[in-house]
Amino acid sequence: MDMQVPKKKLGLKERYTLMTRDLAWDTTYQPKEKVYPYADYEGIKIHDWDKWEDPFRLTMDAYWKYQAEKERKLYAIIDAYSQSNGHLGVTDARYLNAIKIFLTAVTPLEYMAHRGFAHVGRAFPGAGARVACQMQAIDEMRHAQTQIHSLSNYNKYYNGFHDAPHMFDRVWYLSVPKSFFDDAITAGPFEFIVSIGFSFEYVLTNLLFVPFVSGAAYNGDMGTMTFGFSAQSDEARHMTLGLECIKFILEQDPANLPIVQRWIDKWCWRGVRLLSIVAMMMDYMLPKRVMSWKEAWEIYFEENGGALFKDLARYGIKMPACAEQIRQEKEHLSHQVWSAFYNYSGATDFHTWMPTEEEMQWLSQKYPDTFDQHYRPRFEFWREQQQKGNRFYNKTLPMLCQTCQIPMLFTEPGDPTKICYRERDYKGSKYHFCSDHCQHIFDNEPEKYVQAWLPVHQIYQGNCFPEGSDPTAPGFDPLAAVLEHYRLNAGRDNGDFEGSEDQRNFEAWRGMAKRND
Amino acid sequence: MQIDLRTVSIKPQRQTYGHIERRFGDKPASRYQEGTFDLQPSANFHYRPTWDPDREIFDAARTALKMQDWYAFKDPRQYYYGAWTLARARQQDTAESNFDFVESRNLGALLPEDVRQLALDLLLPLRHVAWGANMNNASVCAYGYGTAITQPCMFHAMDNLAIAQYLTRIGLLLGDPGALATAKEHWLYAADWQGLRRVVEDSLVVQDWFELFIAQNLVLDGLVYPLFYKTLVEDALSLRGGTAVAMLTQFMTEWYAETAKWVDAQIKTACAESPENAALVRGWIAAWQSRALDALTPLAQRALGERAGAALDDLATQFAARVAKCGVPA
Repeated sequence: MDMQVPKKKLGLKERYTLMTRDLAWDTTYQPKEKVYPYADYEGIKIHDWDKWEDPFRLTMDAYWKYQAEKERKLYAIIDAYSQSNGHLGVTDARYLNAIKIFLTAVTPLEYMAHRGFAHVGRAFPGAGARVACQMQAIDEMRHAQTQIHSLSNYNKYYNGFHDAPHMFDRVWYLSVPKSFFDDAITAGPFEFIVSIGFSFEYVLTNLLFVPFVSGAAYNGDMGTMTFGFSAQSDEARHMTLGLECIKFILEQDPANLPIVQRWIDKWCWRGVRLLSIVAMMMDYMLPKRVMSWKEAWEIYFEENGGALFKDLARYGIKMPACAEQIRQEKEHLSHQVWSAFYNYSGATDFHTWMPTEEEMQWLSQKYPDTFDQHYRPRFEFWREQQQKGNRFYNKTLPMLCQTCQIPMLFTEPGDPTKICYRERDYKGSKYHFCSDHCQHIFDNEPEKYVQAWLPVHQIYQGNCFPEGSDPTAPGFDPLAAVLEHYRLNAGRDNGDFEGSEDQRNFEAWRGMAKRND
Repeated sequence: MQIDLRTVSIKPQRQTYGHIERRFGDKPASRYQEGTFDLQPSANFHYRPTWDPDREIFDAARTALKMQDWYAFKDPRQYYYGAWTLARARQQDTAESNFDFVESRNLGALLPEDVRQLALDLLLPLRHVAWGANMNNASVCAYGYGTAITQPCMFHAMDNLAIAQYLTRIGLLLGDPGALATAKEHWLYAADWQGLRRVVEDSLVVQDWFELFIAQNLVLDGLVYPLFYKTLVEDALSLRGGTAVAMLTQFMTEWYAETAKWVDAQIKTACAESPENAALVRGWIAAWQSRALDALTPLAQRALGERAGAALDDLATQFAARVAKCGVPA
């Protein structure tokens, strides 16, 4: 019998190389510039893609095996949760408004990430980087769909969940997340990976993900909690990819540093502005609080992020300049944003309310230097007015920041009694900004930001009414027309939580489930 | 006997999301429907891509094909991420036990030497063909229009990667890393592979994403898979004692049968939309088909010797029948 010569066992790294980048070759019938047309125009210099270190070594067979196991468990729980009317177990129906925001503002971003990573998963000339990005592309699709599927059962019983994709393209406050991601995906592939892969996934994701998922866990929402926990190991992979990208780009050429630093500065600020909605969610919308926004910012940005930037200092990367302003704003952010949404609650797909006395005490305790002094009196006044039947709704459209698209609601650094306004003339038009940082972002790329689709401008230009509307007709109600265009059911989806259909139904159904009358 | 378990029953306000209801009515929707339809943003984009400043982020004009409703491109398999992953994990289980079977019984070493060599020579360069397919499907997902067709293309891209990886494992099982290196040399320099490499590289620069879908998923795969996995592996090699190779490529054979149904449904939908679309599709198929067949000729001769001519004729005939069945005008 022949002696079988035992084969030399390949090392993990060697084997993974054969499974991925060894599949690629340098094309000769078509020039590199045509095969990878988007690789050079941002000015990032990559000399050797072979230096790319694979952040994880996952072949497709292993990927399917792990992911299928996770999917099986996740959908079993979603089914059980729906079947047992799990929604009646949440702390109180106010909580549901937090996940309405999640479905309309965050889930569409998961979808955009799916497409964006498909784009860079094709565009990068390095094979190792492409494979890692492609895996993230399908993971992001997973996240969008598991969220849609988990929240589908809430949509059956509660208002405001019903038209997320339509609203994402139109509703005023959703232009904040939409423009954020549109900005990233319209940038070149390297800026995309720095913005989403690094700044968002690595530096800021804990401030999005942890509050929502822990919020769900604290408030009895097993559906949201489960997709959150199930996404955790995907997120861990995405974070290592983001970090590897930054290190790789910086190690390739010293000329890359100033470009990358500018992107990090820009995207940290863009990200933090986007997260202002999470700040409000944490401090005002969770009946059972996890921690305050300020505490979350201190742990996840000031401590963890601080350590990260120390680590990156050897490449010459500095902590973004905006960090100081954010440190000051953490005392004010959630209160100012909640006030704005309380004002404009007539035009949102979720409800707002004034905190109870007990909740105000929690806020005073968490924000001892600012809440009682600047926000409690305003909130008590509004509560008083509401009790008299004068619930305040602001019907005047706000001015928006040209960059982040948030209404001009933030105060001057150092003076919480004065709204911060900046303006800039560019080619004969005036543009407005909420902050120095948003203005700097505009100044760096004015031709990009003048294109912004600003919802308030669009409403005034008559572009947000149902087709066939005649704004000159007697009795034309512009607000009602805009809500109809949004597919928002006035009186059901919007307004104060107190007296809403969601509130009434939840009470009645919970009664049915718990009592025998 | 039916056991009537009871839960507290609350009448829902609505059965599904508004955009799903407008398409399918107010009735319980499938996970495929809720996870797919109208998911792609379609209006009020904020900025033009710096990498394609003449177009919107998602822009129906990136192909010459025109559709009233881009969500007409339904997937008969109804794949959303979960369904796709579960299906592939099951196939992966089978593939794994096939690899185990071949390995544990040392069937690779028992292959007749000429069969083993032919398998290595002809299958291993296909790693690179699958890699091209991976890039092209990522491209369709990135630049295509409407989640109904872009989503399955991303799954397809990952399937292509998996196939390249299974081929790599076959190389390592029947040969060694040197066999992979040799095959890559052939792919890059051997005369009989150059036609196919040229077609693959040309496909990488196609700008119209629906043309790319056709060139890659209908034409190239539609000729490569039947020729290599069916005619060569299942018929020719098996007759010569190479059944073990067929076991190792079972994933590819089953995958091709499954995905061809999806590809055909897309072609059918495109052609049924309008005579203009049908003419476009016909033109794209014709252009890529003749190039692909030419490119495959020397490889078929290597694989099948004097039977190559007849096999290629069969291949062309079967492909023509498939295309006709999809409603592509003659």
